[in-house]
Amino acid sequence: MPDPTERARDIVLRAIDAYNAAEPNAIPRDIDTVLLGPGGVVDSLGLVRLVLTVERQIEKDAGTFVSLTDEKAMSQRNSPFRSVGALVDYVASCLGERP
Amino acid sequence: MTDSKVMLITGTRKGIGRGLAEHYARKGFRVVGCSRGPAEAPLEHYRHVEADVSDEAQVMKLFRIVREEFGRVDVLVNNAGIASMNHVFLTPLKTVRSVFETNVYGTFLFCREAAKVMAAGGAGGRIVNFATVATPLRLEGEAAYAASKAAVESLTQVLARELAPFRITVNAVGPTPIATDLIRSVPKAKIDALIARQAIPRLGEVRDVINVVEFLIADTSDFITGQVIYLGGV
Repeated sequence: MPDPTERARDIVLRAIDAYNAAEPNAIPRDIDTVLLGPGGVVDSLGLVRLVLTVERQIEKDAGTFVSLTDEKAMSQRNSPFRSVGALVDYVASCLGERP
Repeated sequence: MTDSKVMLITGTRKGIGRGLAEHYARKGFRVVGCSRGPAEAPLEHYRHVEADVSDEAQVMKLFRIVREEFGRVDVLVNNAGIASMNHVFLTPLKTVRSVFETNVYGTFLFCREAAKVMAAGGAGGRIVNFATVATPLRLEGEAAYAASKAAVESLTQVLARELAPFRITVNAVGPTPIATDLIRSVPKAKIDALIARQAIPRLGEVRDVINVVEFLIADTSDFITGQVIYLGGV
């Protein structure tokens, strides 16, 4: 069983590849990439598209549907969508909760 | 049949929902319907799922079934709704909550989850919500119901903008009273008075609703969004 963080990293990077193939403004494939806020590379619509793409990638790779926009995500003091690294950590925590 | 469009309709056990399911299954859609109980009669090209539209876990489970069995959603018709008709003094908060849970939260949940599937498919989609003439007519005795449907209208108009980049249109049909269970307990005099306020004073029929749905979900209606179409000339 691969480490959840490694698995999440793989899923998020694949989702970024899919996003970049479809969208005009590419997201750098880097764990330190800031997604939202000052220096962020996506606008609100871009974030929606990325979250949808990650959910789809999770379903494809892990065979399970995870909603990334549940209350847990929205109530966190630091948004799990602020950077690629934060998103990887959040996906890992979601996958870790799955049986 | 596997290439035919998938239409999801809520509240299909009877009334308008059942009429819509029968119509579109006959027309060649693969129809997925839901209600809190089992389907009343089997229907070809129709898949029934038992679900309470206001229960997020049950809605998520329904969409898991839809993704696994059909892999797509082309049209969502948010027909499920409940009404409460009483003077404000006689309306318990529990009733208001229940009306909002089904009419507003249920519509919200299905819009959100169906739009995700539509966006993922890349081909866009059509969402038709259910409003009511009780909202623009400000009908006395229907405060909770009319307010809940006013919320549905707002939801429709905002989602039309949020989902336009995904080629998803969101509109609403606002029926007049139609002879279904929803108005069964309303006194005839009350219905007659309501109908008298319409430009065309008659009860609505399921075919009237189908006619508007037909227009809103047409491929050629890709420039129609955020609209509420009332029946009967209200």
